Amino acid sequence: MIKQEKMTITCQREIAASIYELTLEGQLVDQMVEPGQFVHLRVSEGIDPLLRRPISISKIHSDRQAFTMIYRAEGKGTQLLSEKQIGDKVDVLGPLGHGFPIEKNMKGKKALLVGGGIGVPPLYELSHRLLEGDMDVVHVLGFQNESSAFYIDQFSQLGDTYAASVDGTVGTKGFVTNILDQLKFDFDVLYACGPTPMLKALEERFRDKRAYLSLEQRMGCGIGACFACVCAVKDDPEQSAYRKVCSDGPVFPIGEVVL
Amino acid sequence: MNRLGIELPGLKLKNPIMPASGCFGFGREFSQLYDLSKLGAIMIKATTLTSRFGNPTPRVAETSGGMLNAIGLQNPGLKKVMDEELPWLEQYDVPIIANVAGSMTEDYVEVAKQISTAPNVHALELNISCPNVKTGGIAFGTAPEIAKELTSRVKEVSSAPVYVKLSPNVANIVEMAQAVEEGGADGLTMINTLLGMRLDLKTGRPILANKSGGLSGPAIKPVSIRMIYEVSQKVGIPIIGMGGVQTAQDVIEYFYAGASAVAVGTANFVDPFICPSIIDELPSLLDEIGVNHISDLTGRSWKTDDQKAYHRA
Repeated sequence: MIKQEKMTITCQREIAASIYELTLEGQLVDQMVEPGQFVHLRVSEGIDPLLRRPISISKIHSDRQAFTMIYRAEGKGTQLLSEKQIGDKVDVLGPLGHGFPIEKNMKGKKALLVGGGIGVPPLYELSHRLLEGDMDVVHVLGFQNESSAFYIDQFSQLGDTYAASVDGTVGTKGFVTNILDQLKFDFDVLYACGPTPMLKALEERFRDKRAYLSLEQRMGCGIGACFACVCAVKDDPEQSAYRKVCSDGPVFPIGEVVL
Repeated sequence: MNRLGIELPGLKLKNPIMPASGCFGFGREFSQLYDLSKLGAIMIKATTLTSRFGNPTPRVAETSGGMLNAIGLQNPGLKKVMDEELPWLEQYDVPIIANVAGSMTEDYVEVAKQISTAPNVHALELNISCPNVKTGGIAFGTAPEIAKELTSRVKEVSSAPVYVKLSPNVANIVEMAQAVEEGGADGLTMINTLLGMRLDLKTGRPILANKSGGLSGPAIKPVSIRMIYEVSQKVGIPIIGMGGVQTAQDVIEYFYAGASAVAVGTANFVDPFICPSIIDELPSLLDEIGVNHISDLTGRSWKTDDQKAYHRA
Protein backbone atom coordinates (compact mmCIF):
# COMPACT_ATOMS: atom_id res chain seq x y z
CA MET A 1 0.00 0.00 0.00
CA ILE A 2 1.22 3.50 -0.86
CA LYS A 3 1.97 5.67 2.18
CA GLN A 4 3.39 9.10 2.78
CA GLU A 5 5.75 9.57 5.68
CA LYS A 6 8.45 11.91 6.89
CA MET A 7 11.28 9.45 7.31
CA THR A 8 14.52 10.03 9.19
CA ILE A 9 17.96 9.93 7.59
CA THR A 10 20.25 7.49 9.40
CA CYS A 11 23.04 7.40 6.84
CA GLN A 12 24.10 9.71 4.03
CA ARG A 13 27.50 9.31 2.39
CA GLU A 14 29.16 9.84 -0.95
CA ILE A 15 30.27 6.43 -2.24
CA ALA A 16 31.56 7.55 -5.66
CA ALA A 17 31.80 10.81 -7.58
CA SER A 18 28.41 12.50 -7.04
CA ILE A 19 26.90 9.12 -6.10
CA TYR A 20 25.28 9.04 -2.67
CA GLU A 21 24.03 6.25 -0.45
CA LEU A 22 21.12 7.35 1.71
CA THR A 23 19.35 5.31 4.36
CA LEU A 24 15.94 6.32 5.69
CA GLU A 25 14.09 4.92 8.67
CA GLY A 26 10.35 4.73 9.20
CA GLN A 27 7.23 2.60 9.18
CA LEU A 28 6.72 2.99 5.45
CA VAL A 29 9.37 0.27 5.01
CA ASP A 30 6.78 -2.31 6.14
CA GLN A 31 5.00 -1.70 2.82
CA MET A 32 8.04 -2.46 0.69
CA VAL A 33 7.54 -5.87 -0.84
CA GLU A 34 9.15 -6.10 -4.26
CA PRO A 35 12.71 -5.40 -5.34
CA GLY A 36 12.72 -2.77 -8.09
CA GLN A 37 10.03 -0.53 -6.62
CA PHE A 38 10.79 3.14 -6.10
CA VAL A 39 9.96 6.04 -3.81
CA HIS A 40 8.99 9.58 -4.69
CA LEU A 41 10.84 12.12 -2.56
CA ARG A 42 10.11 15.71 -1.80
CA VAL A 43 13.49 17.38 -1.50
CA SER A 44 12.35 20.87 -0.59
CA GLU A 45 9.69 22.27 1.71
CA GLY A 46 9.24 25.13 -0.71
CA ILE A 47 8.24 25.26 -4.36
CA ASP A 48 11.62 25.14 -6.06
CA PRO A 49 12.02 22.44 -7.07
CA LEU A 50 8.32 21.77 -7.04
CA LEU A 51 7.97 18.16 -8.04
CA ARG A 52 9.06 15.02 -6.24
CA ARG A 53 12.05 12.94 -7.32
CA PRO A 54 11.62 9.26 -8.17
CA ILE A 55 14.48 7.17 -6.79
CA SER A 56 14.78 3.39 -6.75
CA ILE A 57 15.09 1.34 -3.60
CA SER A 58 18.43 -0.46 -3.44
CA LYS A 59 18.14 -2.34 -0.13
CA ILE A 60 15.28 -3.00 2.24
CA HIS A 61 16.29 -3.53 5.88
CA SER A 62 13.00 -4.91 7.18
CA ASP A 63 14.51 -5.87 10.55
CA ARG A 64 15.20 -2.24 11.40
CA GLN A 65 12.46 -0.49 9.41
CA ALA A 66 14.93 1.17 7.09
CA PHE A 67 15.77 1.23 3.41
CA THR A 68 18.74 2.39 1.42
CA MET A 69 18.81 4.10 -1.91
CA ILE A 70 21.66 5.16 -4.12
CA TYR A 71 21.28 8.24 -6.27
CA ARG A 72 23.36 10.56 -8.38
CA ALA A 73 23.40 14.23 -7.41
CA GLU A 74 23.19 15.89 -10.77
CA GLY A 75 20.22 18.25 -10.86
CA LYS A 76 18.94 20.80 -8.39
CA GLY A 77 16.68 18.33 -6.58
CA THR A 78 19.17 15.55 -6.03
CA GLN A 79 21.80 18.14 -5.11
CA LEU A 80 19.51 19.42 -2.35
CA LEU A 81 18.90 15.85 -1.23
CA SER A 82 22.65 15.22 -0.98
CA GLU A 83 22.98 18.19 1.38
CA LYS A 84 20.62 16.68 3.93
CA GLN A 85 22.20 15.37 7.12
CA ILE A 86 21.72 12.42 9.44
CA GLY A 87 18.67 13.12 11.59
CA ASP A 88 16.95 15.27 8.96
CA LYS A 89 13.49 14.23 7.76
CA VAL A 90 12.55 13.52 4.18
CA ASP A 91 8.98 13.41 2.87
CA VAL A 92 8.66 10.01 1.21
CA LEU A 93 5.77 8.72 -0.90
CA GLY A 94 5.95 5.02 -1.61
CA PRO A 95 6.59 2.30 -2.28
CA LEU A 96 5.57 2.92 -5.89
CA GLY A 97 5.32 0.84 -9.02
CA HIS A 98 5.77 -2.82 -9.76
CA GLY A 99 9.27 -4.20 -9.35
CA PHE A 100 11.11 -7.26 -10.62
CA PRO A 101 8.99 -10.41 -10.46
CA ILE A 102 10.66 -13.30 -8.70
CA GLU A 103 9.37 -16.47 -10.18
CA LYS A 104 8.63 -19.55 -8.10
CA ASN A 105 10.45 -22.87 -8.33
CA MET A 106 13.65 -21.33 -9.67
CA LYS A 107 15.93 -23.08 -7.16
CA GLY A 108 19.33 -23.70 -8.71
CA LYS A 109 18.49 -21.68 -11.81
CA LYS A 110 20.73 -18.88 -12.96
CA ALA A 111 19.79 -15.20 -13.03
CA LEU A 112 21.78 -12.64 -14.99
CA LEU A 113 21.54 -9.13 -13.58
CA VAL A 114 22.68 -6.30 -15.84
CA GLY A 115 22.91 -2.74 -14.57
CA GLY A 116 24.15 0.49 -16.07
CA GLY A 117 25.18 3.52 -13.99
CA ILE A 118 22.44 4.68 -11.70
CA GLY A 119 20.42 1.66 -12.90
CA VAL A 120 22.64 -0.59 -10.79
CA PRO A 121 21.11 0.14 -7.33
CA PRO A 122 17.73 -1.67 -7.61
CA LEU A 123 19.56 -4.85 -8.64
CA TYR A 124 21.16 -5.05 -5.20
CA GLU A 125 17.95 -5.85 -3.32
CA LEU A 126 16.90 -8.08 -6.22
CA SER A 127 20.12 -10.07 -5.98
CA HIS A 128 19.55 -10.69 -2.26
CA ARG A 129 16.02 -11.90 -2.93
CA LEU A 130 17.14 -14.24 -5.70
CA LEU A 131 19.77 -15.68 -3.41
CA GLU A 132 17.12 -16.27 -0.75
CA GLY A 133 15.36 -18.36 -3.38
CA ASP A 134 18.55 -20.36 -3.87
CA MET A 135 19.21 -19.07 -7.35
CA ASP A 136 22.65 -18.45 -8.78
CA VAL A 137 23.25 -14.83 -9.61
CA VAL A 138 25.71 -13.24 -11.99
CA HIS A 139 26.09 -9.48 -12.14
CA VAL A 140 27.31 -7.40 -15.04
CA LEU A 141 27.66 -3.76 -14.08
CA GLY A 142 28.52 -0.84 -16.34
CA PHE A 143 29.92 2.54 -15.32
CA GLN A 144 31.39 5.62 -16.98
CA ASN A 145 34.72 5.33 -15.20
CA GLU A 146 36.36 4.24 -11.97
CA SER A 147 35.42 7.34 -10.00
CA SER A 148 31.70 6.88 -10.71
CA ALA A 149 31.74 3.12 -10.04
CA PHE A 150 30.20 1.76 -6.85
CA TYR A 151 29.08 -1.39 -5.07
CA ILE A 152 31.26 -3.75 -7.15
CA ASP A 153 32.56 -5.35 -3.92
CA GLN A 154 29.09 -5.61 -2.44
CA PHE A 155 27.74 -7.38 -5.52
CA SER A 156 30.82 -9.64 -5.59
CA GLN A 157 29.85 -10.97 -2.17
CA LEU A 158 26.56 -12.17 -3.60
CA GLY A 159 27.78 -13.82 -6.80
CA ASP A 160 30.08 -13.57 -9.79
CA THR A 161 30.40 -9.91 -10.72
CA TYR A 162 31.81 -8.37 -13.88
CA ALA A 163 32.31 -4.67 -14.42
CA ALA A 164 32.73 -2.55 -17.51
CA SER A 165 33.62 1.11 -17.86
CA VAL A 166 33.55 3.36 -20.86
CA ASP A 167 37.16 4.48 -20.38
CA GLY A 168 38.50 1.16 -19.12
CA THR A 169 39.56 2.51 -15.73
CA VAL A 170 37.56 -0.22 -14.02
CA GLY A 171 36.83 -3.70 -15.38
CA THR A 172 36.50 -4.31 -19.09
CA LYS A 173 36.77 -1.29 -21.38
CA GLY A 174 33.48 -0.60 -23.08
CA PHE A 175 29.87 -1.37 -22.24
CA VAL A 176 28.09 -4.20 -20.45
CA THR A 177 27.32 -5.64 -23.87
CA ASN A 178 31.04 -6.15 -24.49
CA ILE A 179 31.14 -8.47 -21.49
CA LEU A 180 27.91 -10.22 -22.49
CA ASP A 181 29.17 -10.81 -26.04
CA GLN A 182 32.52 -12.02 -24.78
CA LEU A 183 31.40 -14.41 -22.08
CA LYS A 184 28.09 -15.58 -23.57
CA PHE A 185 26.48 -16.40 -20.24
CA ASP A 186 23.97 -19.14 -20.03
CA PHE A 187 21.03 -17.98 -17.90
CA ASP A 188 17.41 -18.74 -17.13
CA VAL A 189 16.22 -15.22 -16.48
CA LEU A 190 17.62 -11.77 -17.15
CA TYR A 191 16.93 -8.67 -15.08
CA ALA A 192 18.20 -5.28 -16.22
CA CYS A 193 18.07 -1.64 -15.29
CA GLY A 194 19.95 1.20 -16.93
CA PRO A 195 19.90 3.75 -19.72
CA THR A 196 17.56 3.14 -22.64
CA PRO A 197 20.33 2.44 -25.20
CA MET A 198 21.57 -0.34 -22.90
CA LEU A 199 18.09 -1.80 -22.57
CA LYS A 200 17.64 -1.65 -26.34
CA ALA A 201 20.92 -3.48 -26.84
CA LEU A 202 19.76 -6.18 -24.42
CA GLU A 203 16.43 -6.45 -26.18
CA GLU A 204 18.18 -7.03 -29.49
CA ARG A 205 20.22 -9.86 -28.03
CA PHE A 206 17.73 -11.52 -25.73
CA ARG A 207 14.25 -10.85 -27.12
CA ASP A 208 13.43 -14.55 -27.01
CA LYS A 209 14.62 -15.06 -23.46
CA ARG A 210 12.79 -14.66 -20.20
CA ALA A 211 13.78 -11.15 -19.21
CA TYR A 212 12.58 -8.09 -17.30
CA LEU A 213 13.67 -4.53 -17.96
CA SER A 214 13.32 -1.56 -15.60
CA LEU A 215 12.63 1.73 -17.40
CA GLU A 216 13.31 5.31 -16.54
CA GLN A 217 11.03 8.20 -17.53
CA ARG A 218 10.23 11.74 -16.42
CA MET A 219 7.34 11.57 -13.98
CA GLY A 220 4.80 13.95 -12.55
CA CYS A 221 2.79 12.23 -9.85
CA GLY A 222 4.48 8.81 -9.64
CA ILE A 223 1.16 7.07 -8.97
CA GLY A 224 -0.37 6.87 -12.44
CA ALA A 225 -2.68 9.87 -12.44
CA CYS A 226 -0.87 12.41 -14.59
CA PHE A 227 -0.01 10.37 -17.71
CA ALA A 228 3.43 11.97 -17.98
CA CYS A 229 5.46 8.76 -18.16
CA VAL A 230 3.38 6.82 -20.66
CA CYS A 231 5.08 4.52 -23.16
CA ALA A 232 3.66 2.71 -26.17
CA VAL A 233 3.03 -1.02 -26.28
CA LYS A 234 4.64 -3.24 -28.91
CA ASP A 235 2.51 -5.30 -31.26
CA ASP A 236 -0.36 -2.84 -31.04
CA PRO A 237 -1.81 -2.34 -34.51
CA GLU A 238 -4.17 0.42 -33.37
CA GLN A 239 -1.32 2.24 -31.63
CA SER A 240 -3.56 3.23 -28.78
CA ALA A 241 -2.38 0.88 -26.03
CA TYR A 242 0.02 2.22 -23.44
CA ARG A 243 1.67 1.50 -20.14
CA LYS A 244 2.55 3.96 -17.42
CA VAL A 245 6.14 3.56 -16.30
CA CYS A 246 5.33 4.70 -12.75
CA SER A 247 2.39 2.47 -11.94
CA ASP A 248 2.39 -0.35 -14.54
CA GLY A 249 6.20 -0.49 -14.37
CA PRO A 250 8.93 0.55 -13.95
CA VAL A 251 9.69 -3.12 -14.66
CA PHE A 252 8.25 -4.68 -17.81
CA PRO A 253 8.77 -8.06 -19.45
CA ILE A 254 11.14 -7.74 -22.39
CA GLY A 255 9.32 -6.87 -25.61
CA GLU A 256 6.18 -5.50 -23.93
CA VAL A 257 6.78 -1.81 -24.45
CA VAL A 258 8.52 0.31 -27.06
CA LEU A 259 11.89 1.40 -25.72
CA MET B 1 -24.63 24.45 9.30
CA ASN B 2 -21.97 23.28 6.92
CA ARG B 3 -19.67 26.26 6.69
CA LEU B 4 -18.09 24.92 3.54
CA GLY B 5 -21.24 23.87 1.66
CA ILE B 6 -21.66 25.58 -1.71
CA GLU B 7 -24.43 25.48 -4.27
CA LEU B 8 -23.58 26.22 -7.88
CA PRO B 9 -25.48 25.43 -11.08
CA GLY B 10 -25.86 21.66 -11.10
CA LEU B 11 -23.58 21.25 -8.13
CA LYS B 12 -24.40 20.87 -4.48
CA LEU B 13 -20.96 20.68 -2.95
CA LYS B 14 -20.22 19.62 0.63
CA ASN B 15 -17.09 21.74 0.32
CA PRO B 16 -15.66 23.93 -2.44
CA ILE B 17 -12.49 21.87 -3.05
CA MET B 18 -12.07 19.63 -6.07
CA PRO B 19 -9.14 18.19 -7.99
CA ALA B 20 -8.68 19.88 -11.37
CA SER B 21 -9.09 17.99 -14.60
CA GLY B 22 -5.99 16.28 -15.89
CA CYS B 23 -4.39 16.13 -12.46
CA PHE B 24 -6.45 13.32 -11.01
CA GLY B 25 -7.05 10.85 -13.84
CA PHE B 26 -10.43 9.26 -13.19
CA GLY B 27 -9.77 9.05 -9.48
CA ARG B 28 -8.64 5.42 -9.32
CA GLU B 29 -5.08 6.17 -8.23
CA PHE B 30 -6.05 8.61 -5.51
CA SER B 31 -8.79 6.26 -4.27
CA GLN B 32 -5.98 4.05 -2.97
CA LEU B 33 -4.89 6.92 -0.75
CA TYR B 34 -8.11 8.38 0.69
CA ASP B 35 -11.90 8.28 0.47
CA LEU B 36 -12.89 10.29 -2.60
CA SER B 37 -16.26 11.10 -0.99
CA LYS B 38 -14.39 13.65 1.09
CA LEU B 39 -13.99 15.88 -1.99
CA GLY B 40 -16.42 18.61 -3.00
CA ALA B 41 -16.39 17.30 -6.57
CA ILE B 42 -14.03 15.66 -9.02
CA MET B 43 -13.17 17.15 -12.38
CA ILE B 44 -12.25 14.07 -14.36
CA LYS B 45 -9.68 13.87 -17.11
CA ALA B 46 -10.63 15.37 -20.45
CA THR B 47 -12.75 13.00 -22.50
CA THR B 48 -12.77 12.97 -26.28
CA LEU B 49 -15.07 11.12 -28.68
CA THR B 50 -12.46 8.48 -29.50
CA SER B 51 -9.44 7.43 -27.50
CA ARG B 52 -6.30 9.55 -27.72
CA PHE B 53 -2.76 8.42 -27.08
CA GLY B 54 -1.47 11.93 -26.50
CA ASN B 55 1.95 13.41 -27.22
CA PRO B 56 5.36 11.73 -27.25
CA THR B 57 7.52 11.84 -24.12
CA PRO B 58 9.06 13.75 -22.41
CA ARG B 59 5.71 15.23 -21.52
CA VAL B 60 6.66 17.16 -18.39
CA ALA B 61 9.40 19.60 -17.50
CA GLU B 62 9.96 21.36 -14.23
CA THR B 63 10.17 25.13 -13.85
CA SER B 64 10.74 27.37 -10.84
CA GLY B 65 7.56 27.02 -8.84
CA GLY B 66 5.75 25.21 -11.59
CA MET B 67 5.68 22.54 -14.21
CA LEU B 68 5.16 22.37 -17.92
CA ASN B 69 3.10 19.57 -19.35
CA ALA B 70 2.24 18.45 -22.83
CA ILE B 71 0.26 15.28 -22.17
CA GLY B 72 -2.01 15.91 -25.16
CA LEU B 73 -5.39 14.87 -23.74
CA GLN B 74 -4.58 11.19 -23.47
CA ASN B 75 -7.80 9.40 -22.54
CA PRO B 76 -9.61 6.15 -23.27
CA GLY B 77 -12.43 7.80 -25.24
CA LEU B 78 -16.09 8.52 -24.50
CA LYS B 79 -17.39 4.94 -24.57
CA LYS B 80 -14.87 3.61 -22.11
CA VAL B 81 -15.31 6.58 -19.79
CA MET B 82 -19.10 6.05 -19.86
CA ASP B 83 -18.91 2.26 -19.54
CA GLU B 84 -16.10 1.91 -17.04
CA GLU B 85 -14.81 5.05 -15.36
CA LEU B 86 -18.04 6.87 -14.48
CA PRO B 87 -19.86 3.75 -13.18
CA TRP B 88 -16.79 2.96 -11.05
CA LEU B 89 -16.91 6.47 -9.57
CA GLU B 90 -20.54 5.96 -8.55
CA GLN B 91 -19.40 4.16 -5.40
CA TYR B 92 -18.32 7.56 -4.07
CA ASP B 93 -20.66 10.25 -2.82
CA VAL B 94 -19.13 12.94 -4.98
CA PRO B 95 -20.47 14.87 -7.97
CA ILE B 96 -18.46 14.58 -11.15
CA ILE B 97 -17.63 17.43 -13.49
CA ALA B 98 -16.85 15.91 -16.87
CA ASN B 99 -14.22 17.74 -18.88
CA VAL B 100 -15.28 17.66 -22.55
CA ALA B 101 -12.68 18.06 -25.29
CA GLY B 102 -12.59 17.68 -29.05
CA SER B 103 -11.03 18.62 -32.35
CA MET B 104 -14.14 20.12 -33.92
CA THR B 105 -17.52 21.39 -32.82
CA GLU B 106 -19.32 18.15 -33.65
CA ASP B 107 -16.95 16.21 -31.36
CA TYR B 108 -17.66 18.48 -28.41
CA VAL B 109 -21.40 18.32 -29.07
CA GLU B 110 -21.46 14.54 -29.23
CA VAL B 111 -19.32 14.02 -26.13
CA ALA B 112 -21.33 16.59 -24.17
CA LYS B 113 -24.65 15.10 -25.25
CA GLN B 114 -23.73 11.62 -24.11
CA ILE B 115 -21.57 12.20 -21.06
CA SER B 116 -24.02 14.66 -19.51
CA THR B 117 -26.56 11.82 -19.21
CA ALA B 118 -24.36 9.82 -16.82
CA PRO B 119 -26.06 9.74 -13.42
CA ASN B 120 -23.09 11.06 -11.47
CA VAL B 121 -22.09 13.75 -13.98
CA HIS B 122 -23.58 16.89 -12.48
CA ALA B 123 -21.84 19.42 -14.72
CA LEU B 124 -19.65 19.68 -17.78
CA GLU B 125 -16.42 21.57 -18.10
CA LEU B 126 -15.93 22.61 -21.69
CA ASN B 127 -12.24 22.35 -22.48
CA ILE B 128 -11.69 25.05 -25.05
CA SER B 129 -8.28 25.90 -23.74
CA CYS B 130 -5.94 22.94 -23.91
CA PRO B 131 -2.65 24.29 -25.29
CA ASN B 132 -1.33 20.87 -26.22
CA VAL B 133 -3.49 19.71 -29.09
CA LYS B 134 -2.93 20.80 -32.64
CA THR B 135 -6.58 21.12 -33.60
CA GLY B 136 -9.46 22.18 -31.41
CA GLY B 137 -8.49 22.97 -27.85
CA ILE B 138 -7.01 26.40 -27.62
CA ALA B 139 -8.19 27.36 -31.10
CA PHE B 140 -11.71 27.50 -29.64
CA GLY B 141 -10.56 29.25 -26.52
CA THR B 142 -8.88 32.30 -28.00
CA ALA B 143 -11.56 33.61 -30.36
CA PRO B 144 -14.62 35.00 -28.53
CA GLU B 145 -17.16 34.41 -31.30
CA ILE B 146 -16.05 30.82 -31.86
CA ALA B 147 -16.10 30.13 -28.12
CA LYS B 148 -19.58 31.61 -27.82
CA GLU B 149 -20.88 29.56 -30.72
CA LEU B 150 -19.39 26.35 -29.33
CA THR B 151 -20.82 27.04 -25.88
CA SER B 152 -24.32 27.54 -27.25
CA ARG B 153 -24.10 24.43 -29.42
CA VAL B 154 -23.07 22.36 -26.40
CA LYS B 155 -25.73 23.97 -24.19
CA GLU B 156 -28.40 22.87 -26.67
CA VAL B 157 -27.58 19.20 -26.19
CA SER B 158 -26.28 18.99 -22.64
CA SER B 159 -28.46 17.58 -19.88
CA ALA B 160 -26.15 19.14 -17.29
CA PRO B 161 -25.01 22.74 -16.66
CA VAL B 162 -22.02 23.78 -18.70
CA TYR B 163 -18.93 25.45 -17.26
CA VAL B 164 -16.43 26.78 -19.75
CA LYS B 165 -12.72 26.50 -18.95
CA LEU B 166 -10.99 29.69 -20.01
CA SER B 167 -7.50 29.97 -21.39
CA PRO B 168 -5.19 32.65 -20.00
CA ASN B 169 -3.43 32.79 -23.36
CA VAL B 170 -5.58 35.68 -24.59
CA ALA B 171 -5.22 39.44 -24.71
CA ASN B 172 -8.61 40.11 -23.13
CA ILE B 173 -9.92 37.55 -20.68
CA VAL B 174 -13.04 39.55 -19.84
CA GLU B 175 -14.09 39.58 -23.47
CA MET B 176 -13.74 35.76 -23.59
CA ALA B 177 -15.71 35.33 -20.38
CA GLN B 178 -18.52 37.57 -21.56
CA ALA B 179 -18.66 35.79 -24.90
CA VAL B 180 -19.20 32.37 -23.37
CA GLU B 181 -21.67 33.83 -20.88
CA GLU B 182 -23.65 35.14 -23.85
CA GLY B 183 -23.35 31.69 -25.34
CA GLY B 184 -25.23 30.36 -22.34
CA ALA B 185 -22.45 29.13 -20.05
CA ASP B 186 -23.69 28.35 -16.54
CA GLY B 187 -20.29 29.00 -15.03
CA LEU B 188 -16.62 29.48 -15.72
CA THR B 189 -13.56 27.56 -14.66
CA MET B 190 -10.35 29.46 -14.83
CA ILE B 191 -7.60 29.36 -15.60
CA ASN B 192 -6.14 26.66 -17.79
CA THR B 193 -2.35 26.53 -18.19
CA LEU B 194 -0.18 29.27 -19.65
CA LEU B 195 1.79 28.44 -22.77
CA GLY B 196 5.43 27.98 -21.89
CA MET B 197 8.67 26.38 -22.91
CA ARG B 198 11.96 25.15 -21.48
CA LEU B 199 15.23 24.41 -23.21
CA ASP B 200 17.82 21.81 -22.29
CA LEU B 201 21.08 23.47 -21.23
CA LYS B 202 23.21 20.70 -22.70
CA THR B 203 21.56 20.34 -26.09
CA GLY B 204 19.90 23.72 -26.52
CA ARG B 205 16.74 21.96 -27.61
CA PRO B 206 13.24 22.03 -26.09
CA ILE B 207 12.89 19.60 -23.17
CA LEU B 208 9.32 18.67 -24.08
CA ALA B 209 8.85 16.47 -27.13
CA ASN B 210 5.93 18.75 -28.04
CA LYS B 211 8.37 21.68 -27.76
CA SER B 212 5.96 23.88 -25.78
CA GLY B 213 3.55 22.98 -23.00
CA GLY B 214 1.15 24.31 -20.42
CA LEU B 215 2.60 25.97 -17.34
CA SER B 216 0.85 25.19 -14.06
CA GLY B 217 1.62 25.33 -10.37
CA PRO B 218 2.25 28.18 -7.89
CA ALA B 219 4.09 30.17 -10.56
CA ILE B 220 0.81 30.99 -12.32
CA LYS B 221 -1.28 31.87 -9.26
CA PRO B 222 -0.92 35.67 -9.59
CA VAL B 223 -2.05 35.50 -13.21
CA SER B 224 -5.09 33.49 -12.23
CA ILE B 225 -5.99 35.75 -9.30
CA ARG B 226 -5.80 38.79 -11.56
CA MET B 227 -7.98 37.21 -14.24
CA ILE B 228 -10.62 35.99 -11.78
CA TYR B 229 -10.61 39.43 -10.16
CA GLU B 230 -11.28 41.06 -13.51
CA VAL B 231 -13.80 38.54 -14.84
CA SER B 232 -15.85 38.04 -11.69
CA GLN B 233 -16.80 41.74 -11.69
CA LYS B 234 -18.03 41.56 -15.26
CA VAL B 235 -20.06 38.35 -15.44
CA GLY B 236 -23.11 37.08 -13.62
CA ILE B 237 -22.10 33.44 -13.53
CA PRO B 238 -19.97 31.76 -10.89
CA ILE B 239 -16.30 30.94 -11.28
CA ILE B 240 -14.45 27.85 -10.14
CA GLY B 241 -10.93 29.17 -9.67
CA MET B 242 -7.70 27.26 -10.18
CA GLY B 243 -4.05 27.72 -11.00
CA GLY B 244 -1.35 27.13 -8.43
CA VAL B 245 -3.53 26.39 -5.41
CA GLN B 246 -1.36 24.73 -2.76
CA THR B 247 -2.77 25.72 0.60
CA ALA B 248 -6.00 26.65 2.40
CA GLN B 249 -4.72 30.24 2.37
CA ASP B 250 -4.54 30.11 -1.41
CA VAL B 251 -8.18 28.99 -1.48
CA ILE B 252 -9.19 32.02 0.57
CA GLU B 253 -7.31 34.29 -1.84
CA TYR B 254 -9.21 32.76 -4.76
CA PHE B 255 -12.49 33.42 -3.01
CA TYR B 256 -11.43 37.01 -2.34
CA ALA B 257 -10.66 37.39 -6.04
CA GLY B 258 -14.15 36.25 -6.96
CA ALA B 259 -14.20 32.45 -7.07
CA SER B 260 -17.08 30.43 -5.64
CA ALA B 261 -15.15 27.15 -5.53
CA VAL B 262 -11.57 26.12 -6.10
CA ALA B 263 -9.84 23.34 -7.97
CA VAL B 264 -6.44 21.97 -7.05
CA GLY B 265 -4.22 20.84 -9.90
CA THR B 266 -0.47 20.37 -9.87
CA ALA B 267 -0.31 20.30 -6.07
CA ASN B 268 -1.90 16.82 -6.19
CA PHE B 269 1.35 15.58 -7.73
CA VAL B 270 3.49 17.14 -5.04
CA ASP B 271 1.28 16.06 -2.14
CA PRO B 272 -1.39 13.52 -3.10
CA PHE B 273 -3.24 14.20 0.17
CA ILE B 274 -3.44 17.95 -0.49
CA CYS B 275 -7.20 18.14 -1.20
CA PRO B 276 -8.37 16.49 2.04
CA SER B 277 -5.73 18.49 3.98
CA ILE B 278 -7.04 21.77 2.61
CA ILE B 279 -10.64 20.76 3.33
CA ASP B 280 -9.70 20.00 6.95
CA GLU B 281 -7.86 23.29 7.37
CA LEU B 282 -10.51 25.62 5.97
CA PRO B 283 -12.87 25.90 8.99
CA SER B 284 -10.16 27.17 11.35
CA LEU B 285 -9.08 29.63 8.70
CA LEU B 286 -12.65 30.93 8.50
CA ASP B 287 -12.51 31.43 12.27
CA GLU B 288 -9.29 33.39 11.91
CA ILE B 289 -10.82 35.62 9.27
CA GLY B 290 -14.00 35.90 11.30
CA VAL B 291 -16.58 34.71 8.81
CA ASN B 292 -19.19 32.08 9.28
CA HIS B 293 -19.44 30.75 5.76
CA ILE B 294 -16.82 30.45 3.07
CA SER B 295 -19.10 31.90 0.41
CA ASP B 296 -19.07 35.19 2.34
CA LEU B 297 -15.55 35.62 1.01
CA THR B 298 -16.40 35.49 -2.69
CA GLY B 299 -15.36 38.74 -4.36
CA ARG B 300 -14.34 40.42 -1.11
CA SER B 301 -11.49 42.09 -2.97
CA TRP B 302 -13.91 44.21 -4.97
CA LYS B 303 -17.36 43.92 -3.40
CA THR B 304 -19.01 46.60 -1.35
CA ASP B 305 -20.54 45.61 1.96
CA ASP B 306 -24.13 45.46 0.84
CA GLN B 307 -23.43 43.03 -1.95
CA LYS B 308 -24.00 39.41 -1.11
CA ALA B 309 -21.96 36.40 -1.99
CA TYR B 310 -23.21 33.95 -4.54
CA HIS B 311 -25.06 30.92 -3.35
CA ARG B 312 -25.10 29.42 0.06
CA ALA B 313 -25.92 25.82 0.78
